[in-house]
Amino acid sequence: MSGHEHGDDGVSRRKVLECMTWAGTGVLWTITGGVPRSLGIIDSAQAATTAAPGMSFLQISDSHVGFDKPANPNALGTLEEAVGKINAMPAKPSFMIHTGDITHLSKAAEFDNAERIIAQTKLDVHYVPGEHDFIDEEVKLYRERYGRGTKGHGWYSFDAGGVHFIGLVNVVDLKAGGLGNLGAEQLAWLDDDLRGKSKSTPIVLFAHIPLWTVYPEWGWGTEDGGRALEQVKGFGSVTVLNGHIHQVMQKVEGNVTFHTARSTAFPQPAPGSAPSPGPMKVEDAKLRSMLGVASVNFKQNEQRLAIIDTPLQG
Amino acid sequence: MKTLNRRGFGLDLGLALAAAVLLPATKARADDLDVHIDNFVFQPAELKLKVGTTVTWTNRDDIPHTVVSAGKFRSKTLDTDDKFPFTFTDAGDYKYFCSLHPHMTGMIKVE
Ligand SMILES: [Cu+2]
Repeated sequence: MSGHEHGDDGVSRRKVLECMTWAGTGVLWTITGGVPRSLGIIDSAQAATTAAPGMSFLQISDSHVGFDKPANPNALGTLEEAVGKINAMPAKPSFMIHTGDITHLSKAAEFDNAERIIAQTKLDVHYVPGEHDFIDEEVKLYRERYGRGTKGHGWYSFDAGGVHFIGLVNVVDLKAGGLGNLGAEQLAWLDDDLRGKSKSTPIVLFAHIPLWTVYPEWGWGTEDGGRALEQVKGFGSVTVLNGHIHQVMQKVEGNVTFHTARSTAFPQPAPGSAPSPGPMKVEDAKLRSMLGVASVNFKQNEQRLAIIDTPLQG
Repeated sequence: MKTLNRRGFGLDLGLALAAAVLLPATKARADDLDVHIDNFVFQPAELKLKVGTTVTWTNRDDIPHTVVSAGKFRSKTLDTDDKFPFTFTDAGDYKYFCSLHPHMTGMIKVE
């Protein structure tokens, strides 16, 4: 599946858009000096050779452990398959981020099961919560497990491979009629966190609900996401990763690349293509082509960031 | 289960006694109302009712939802087919929403 190489010397916006429409099969993205380029469709084996050396990390999202409805009666099983994929990757990623909805109903057993399976990757995992992880009455279970060392409802930042990573929480204190929400306290913290950072530091923001407005009719966006994006605007390379909408979607705006990951549990419909954003039942044979993980490669000194989406199958 | 089947009372006294113990008398009021959650929508989105009426919300989606009216009532998270009954004892307008999917909103007008 490597028949569409754009080469390294620039690519028109039209071509970029063209590639975006194939994102479902796995597209390698790079960013050079703030200019996003698609290198074409590749499989994960090629990705490993194309992208090395440098740092790579993996994104996993929306495991919904505990979900057992017709769209996927065994969400734990497909998470296990995703972990199998990860363990079979030719180049081991440095670490993993999980962009929320680890569980379906925030039950202790669901968190336990998710932990048991994800631990099989033997990778460090950095989590942010999805709204499904904050369902228990006192919102205790997520915080006890993953909230140590975090601020507020669970936001934090860390550095890895020369990249500054910022995990944000936009599933708390949602207002009637509204979208996702970061809140003033978190935005003030973000401002602090970025202060003094060199503008050449690549930034990766990750959160559960998209920080950009994907489809407000279904609540797919963050009310005050624009204020977070405003704060990272001056940086040369910004990548915004999220889950929540259970499908691959990308957008490039200036130096900012937005990318949503697939779920490992069940697909959701494209914006407006169904009566609701609820779980989408597809033919059993097709399910695994709509679930998967994303890996992100970063080449030191080149400000290159490449995102590869890998479905569980096909 | 919105109302008790009145004919059932006469046919099976044992069942009727069991039901009477388990359910408060107000549950059987004929004017009690239902709201269903289907496809991330409260249906009907607006209800007009009299003081004393019980509204029971039922989640028919494969995704959990909540029913929250700030300072007035708050359901626990409703999984598929879970129900939340609430009896309105004061007149007024009750705007409510799903705290997990805040674009879902509804209104109960009590007079
Ligand atoms: Cu979600």
